[in-house]
Amino acid sequence: MKIEELLTHTGEWLRGEGPSANIVMSSRIRLARNLAKTPFPSRSTKKDLETTLNIVEKIMVKVPFLKGATLFRMNELDQVDRQMLVERHLMSHEHASNPDGKGLLVSTEEIVSIMVNEEDHLRIQVMRSGLNLTEGWDIINTIDDTISKEIDFAYLENWGYLTSCPTNTGTAMRGSVMMHLPALVMTKQINKVLAAISKLSFACRGFYGEGTQASGNFYQISNQVSLGHSELDIIQNINGLIRQVIEQEEQARQALLVQNRPMLEDKICRCWGLLRTARIISSQEAIELFSMVRLGIDTGILKDVNHKALNELFIVIQPAHLQKIEAKKLNSFERDTKRASLIRQKLGGKDV
Amino acid sequence: MQCDICGKKKATVHLTEIVDEQMSEMHLCEECARQKSSQMEQQFGLADLLAGLSQTTPMVKESKEGMLKCSDCGLNYEDFRKFGRLGCSQCYVSFKENLSGLLRKIHGSSHHLGKTPYALKAENPVPVSSSAALLPSENVEGLKKQLQIAIAAEDFEKAAMLRDKIKGLENG
Repeated sequence: MKIEELLTHTGEWLRGEGPSANIVMSSRIRLARNLAKTPFPSRSTKKDLETTLNIVEKIMVKVPFLKGATLFRMNELDQVDRQMLVERHLMSHEHASNPDGKGLLVSTEEIVSIMVNEEDHLRIQVMRSGLNLTEGWDIINTIDDTISKEIDFAYLENWGYLTSCPTNTGTAMRGSVMMHLPALVMTKQINKVLAAISKLSFACRGFYGEGTQASGNFYQISNQVSLGHSELDIIQNINGLIRQVIEQEEQARQALLVQNRPMLEDKICRCWGLLRTARIISSQEAIELFSMVRLGIDTGILKDVNHKALNELFIVIQPAHLQKIEAKKLNSFERDTKRASLIRQKLGGKDV
Repeated sequence: MQCDICGKKKATVHLTEIVDEQMSEMHLCEECARQKSSQMEQQFGLADLLAGLSQTTPMVKESKEGMLKCSDCGLNYEDFRKFGRLGCSQCYVSFKENLSGLLRKIHGSSHHLGKTPYALKAENPVPVSSSAALLPSENVEGLKKQLQIAIAAEDFEKAAMLRDKIKGLENG
């Protein structure tokens, strides 16, 4: 697959369905794995990195869920291409910024991706739509089992899977859930909820994971502890917490609808109008407006748009995507105008 | 809006910093933001957090620690404290004593209860540490079996954890 082919569709996990899809956009599970006999990537030689990439290339054909997958070598891609893979949530910023010796394996529907030679030799990721960590775990567990038949992983019985950073040691698993919490933000309860989450040793991050700020009322919640609990226990704990947050958000939405329906309708419809008419728009503003439109869909206030269309927009309005679509470099102002026109087009706005 | 640092380019990155309970906002262009973020990493990176954590655990004498080195990849323990990253799987053996306390600080435990690589499963059909992942975690019978194994292996820390878990399930 050529990287441009990614532009013809969006990841299967963005279809906007699945359990609690009105509040949970997506679920992600990742496992970190290292080869037992090779130094971790930060201390690998160029040759070691290349050997690891070749091993992955050789075994990928045997791995379930990876039929027809593509291995991208980072130093064969330009900066915009790499940024595009980050925007699609297939890999980290870190992976894009130091391309040497790094690779990314992407399955056809973008459900599975494997970063090769990031902080650890393998970072396997599975994405699902809605609240679906358990299904994600089943998939990633099968993939991991198959790979571990081919590769000797760094592992100690007492400490589990060994990772470059000790915060991942043990199961080396992180489950993350992307939640949309506009009503908790509007009713000013979000800080209370976030404080409770961090007390329970879960992490809360922004839309693009580690080091990013929350935008458009999207919050990514994940486990921090990876040692001392089984994978299924960790997933159950996350699920338990997420269900409570869902309940809080649902109550807040009800409260807004009951006490303040005209205000809520006004806010949502104005945002809808803005998106369909604006000529210049930043990605930050767009994401904030999408958040309101999404709430409009979930409360039944807006009927002419669905989650899938909106989820796709989240991806394609990002800078690298706009530049790939236009097939040329765009400066910040050009991107803002291109973005506005793309949104008008997708949301049935008028170009009058 | 112009970038606060260079004052030339358009600010596209918006930062909120809290220093000594004083909140300040910064609006930066992409280039200046990148510089700023590498500065921040140096200042407040995970490395410091890890180093901070490991300082609070009793360890091998300072002077000895300075010379502590991984027998395989040659990483200094001092460098691990600075950058927060280990160099290879052997580092876990070379720095075993220090890491044991650190892992407990981070995770509240230093005993793996998750899955086991396939190769080890095949050698050992009832591995001590993998059964928790394979059996449904609510299965009291499975946990009791693990408890017996842990006691037989004189792994009392793990035994205590399993005991509490079983108690929790039976009461719940």
